[in-house]
Amino acid sequence: MNTDSTKEQQVVEYAIEAQGLTKRFGNNIAVNQFDLRIPKGSIYGFLGPNGCGKSTCMRLLTGLLEPTEGQIRILGENLAGHEESLKQRMGYMTQKFSLYEKLTVRENLDFVGAVYGLSRARRKIRIEELLTLYDLEHQTKQFAGSMSGGQRQRLALACATLHSPELLFLDEPTSAVDPENRREFWERLFDLCSVGTTILVSTHYMDEAERCHALAIMEQGYKRADGSPKTLMETMPATVVEVSGDELRQLKQNLIQHSEIMSAAQIGAHLRVLVKQEVQDPLGFIKQLSAGRNAVLARPSLEDVFVACTGGRHVG
Amino acid sequence: MWARVWAIFIKELKELSRDRMTFAMIIMIPLTQLMLFGYAINTDARHIPVGLVDLSQTSESRAVEQAIVATQSVDFVSRYASIKEAEVAITKGDISAVLYLPADMTRRLFSHPLYDHQQPYSALTRPIGQWIVDGSDTVIAASIRALRNLPLDEINGLATARTAPSFEVVQYYNPEQRTVVNTLPGLLAVILTMTMILFTSAAIVREQEQGNMEFLITTPVRPIELMIGKIAPYVIVGLVQVTIILSMGHWIFAVPIKGGLLSLFFASLLFIFASLALGLVISTIAKTQLQAMQMTIFILLPSILLSGFMFPYDAMPVAAQWIAEALPATHFMRMIRAIVLRDANILLLGKDALWLGLFTMAGLAIASLRFNKKLE
Ligand SMILES: Nc1ncnc2c1ncn2[C@@H]1O[C@H](COP(=O)(O)OP(=O)(O)O)[C@@H](O)[C@H]1O
Ligand SMILES: [Mg+2]
Repeated sequence: MNTDSTKEQQVVEYAIEAQGLTKRFGNNIAVNQFDLRIPKGSIYGFLGPNGCGKSTCMRLLTGLLEPTEGQIRILGENLAGHEESLKQRMGYMTQKFSLYEKLTVRENLDFVGAVYGLSRARRKIRIEELLTLYDLEHQTKQFAGSMSGGQRQRLALACATLHSPELLFLDEPTSAVDPENRREFWERLFDLCSVGTTILVSTHYMDEAERCHALAIMEQGYKRADGSPKTLMETMPATVVEVSGDELRQLKQNLIQHSEIMSAAQIGAHLRVLVKQEVQDPLGFIKQLSAGRNAVLARPSLEDVFVACTGGRHVG
Repeated sequence: MWARVWAIFIKELKELSRDRMTFAMIIMIPLTQLMLFGYAINTDARHIPVGLVDLSQTSESRAVEQAIVATQSVDFVSRYASIKEAEVAITKGDISAVLYLPADMTRRLFSHPLYDHQQPYSALTRPIGQWIVDGSDTVIAASIRALRNLPLDEINGLATARTAPSFEVVQYYNPEQRTVVNTLPGLLAVILTMTMILFTSAAIVREQEQGNMEFLITTPVRPIELMIGKIAPYVIVGLVQVTIILSMGHWIFAVPIKGGLLSLFFASLLFIFASLALGLVISTIAKTQLQAMQMTIFILLPSILLSGFMFPYDAMPVAAQWIAEALPATHFMRMIRAIVLRDANILLLGKDALWLGLFTMAGLAIASLRFNKKLE
C-alpha cells in the first residue's frame, strides 16, 4: 500500500468532518470556529457544561440548523445539498424527549418506521428485534407519556436506530436516567459501535466522557481540547498534587492566591491542586507553600483535564 | 410519499381521539353555540320594559296605553309621577324607555288628524305624547321608533280605510321572518372558522412546542407530506361539525335546507380547505400555541363582524367591504345562505367558490414556502 492510497482511504474513514464551524444567534456565538474529525466506527464525546453549545453543534451536524460559517462533511458527502439523502443514514436522539406521549411504545416505533420508509413486513421484524434488545417487550401497549426516564430513553434510542443508521447523534441521552441504567445504556452503545455505527454523544458526566474513544472539551462555544481521554490526561497543561493534613480549607484559600495555581479543590481528606505547567518543580513548590503537610504527585483525571482546559470552572 | 402521509394521518387521528378535551370541544362547540345563538339572537325586540308617566289620567289616556300594549312591542312595567323620576329609572337601567302623556293629552288627541280624519293636518298639530328612549341599544330604539305612527283611529273605534301603501312587499324566502333561519348558516361559518383555523395552527405548533418537530425534521419526512397528513384529519372534523349543525338546525330550529346536500357539502369542503390553509400559514408564524390562538382570534373577530353574520354586508362602508372580501368566511356565508335559504346551486356561486379555491392554493403555497425544514 503506497502513501497516496492510504491518504485517500483516510478521507472516507471519517464519519464527520467539520472546519471552522460557527453558529451565531444574533450577537450570541453558540459555536465558535469548531474543527472536528470523527473516525468511522468510534464513539466521540462532547463534554461541557450546560449552554456551552453541545446541542447547537449537533443540530448543525444533523442539518437542523444552518451554520453561519464553516464546512461540514458527513459520511464522505457535503452536508449542504445532500441533507435529504443523508437523513436515511443518520439517526438523532434529541436532548428533550421528542416522541409522542399519547402514542404507545409500539405505535411510536411503527410511526417512526413508516416515516423512514420501511415496508410493513420489515417494520414488524425490526420492531420485534428492538423491543427485545431494549427490554420493552412488556411495555408495547403503554403510552410513552407514562413511562419512566429509563424506559423513555430506551424507546428513544430504539426509534433513533430503527432504520439502522450508520451515524448516530445522542444529545445528553443519560441526563434523566439513574446510574444503573446509565451503565447498561453504555453497554448498548458499545454493541452498536461494534457493528460499525459511529456515535456522537454529548454529556456533562466525567465518567461517561471517559468511556468515549475520543472527546472534545467544550466551553462557551469553543473547543478547548480534544483527543482520547488518555492523551488528554497525559498532555494536560498542569500537574496534579494532592495535599493531606490539617486545616485544608485555610490552605486552599492561601494557595488560590498564587497565579501559578490553577485551582484547588477539596476531595475527601485531600486537597487536589492543579499547578501550571510552567512551574519547574510543582511538588517542591506546593510542599514549600503547604507548611509541613503531606504532598504527593497524583495521576490526572478527566476532571482535572477539564478544569485545566477551561480555566477552573466546574462542570454540570 | 403516500405511505408517510398515511402514517402521519393515522398518528394525528390517534392523538386527537385520545385528547378527550379537544375531542369534546369538536362536538360541544357546535352544539352549545347553536343552542345559545339559535335561541338568544333575535333582532326584532319584543316586550321591552318601559315606564309610563300619565299626567292626563283620563279614559283616553288609558285607551292609548292599551293600544300600545296590544302591539306587544313594549310592556309597561312601572308608573312614575313625574318625568324626573322616570329619567332616573332609565339611567339606572330599570326601563329602556318612558312614555310621557301630558295633562292636555285628551285635547291634543281630539284635534289629531290620525284620530279624527275630519281634522286638517296643520302646523298646529301636536303629538299626543312623547317617548323618551335609552338610545344606546339601537335595536330597542328602532323598535320604539316604529311606534311613532301608531294608528290612533283604532282608539275611537272609527277606524276608516287607511291610506294605501306606496309599495307592496312580497317576501320570497323566510316568510315568517325568523332570525334563526338567517343566523344558522352564518353560525356554521363562524364555528368552522374558529375550530378549523385554531385546530390546525395549534396542531403544528404543538409539535414544535413539545419538541417532536426536532426529531421529525431529521427524518426523511417532506414538509408537504407533514402538512397534508396533519390537516387531513381536520377535514373530517369539519365535516362532522357541518353535519351536527345542519341536522340540529333542521330538526330543532326547523331551518329549511332548500338547496342540494351535494352543493352544501361541496361549499363546506371548499371553506374547510381555505380555513385549514389559513391555519397552516398561522402555524408557520406562531411560536407557541398561545400565539396561534391569538392570531386565530385576530382572524375570527372580523370573520364574525364583517362577513355578514352580524351586519348586512351591503350596509358596510366600502373599506370594510374590501376587508370582508378578503376573508373566506364572507364568501362562505354568501354561498351557504344562498344554498340553505334560497335553493341556489353551487354553479350559481362560481365566483365565491373560485375565490375559496384560490385562497386555499395561495395559503398552501405560502405555508410550504415558509415551512422550511430547519429549526429556525
Ligand atoms: N435557537 C436559539 N436561539 C438563540 N440562542 C440559542 C438558540 N439555541 C441555543 N442558543 C444559545 O446557544 C448557546 C448554546 O446552547 P446549547 O447548544 O443548547 O448548549 P448545551 O446543549 O451545551 O447546553 C446558549 O447560550 C443558548 O442560549
Ligand atoms: Mg443541550
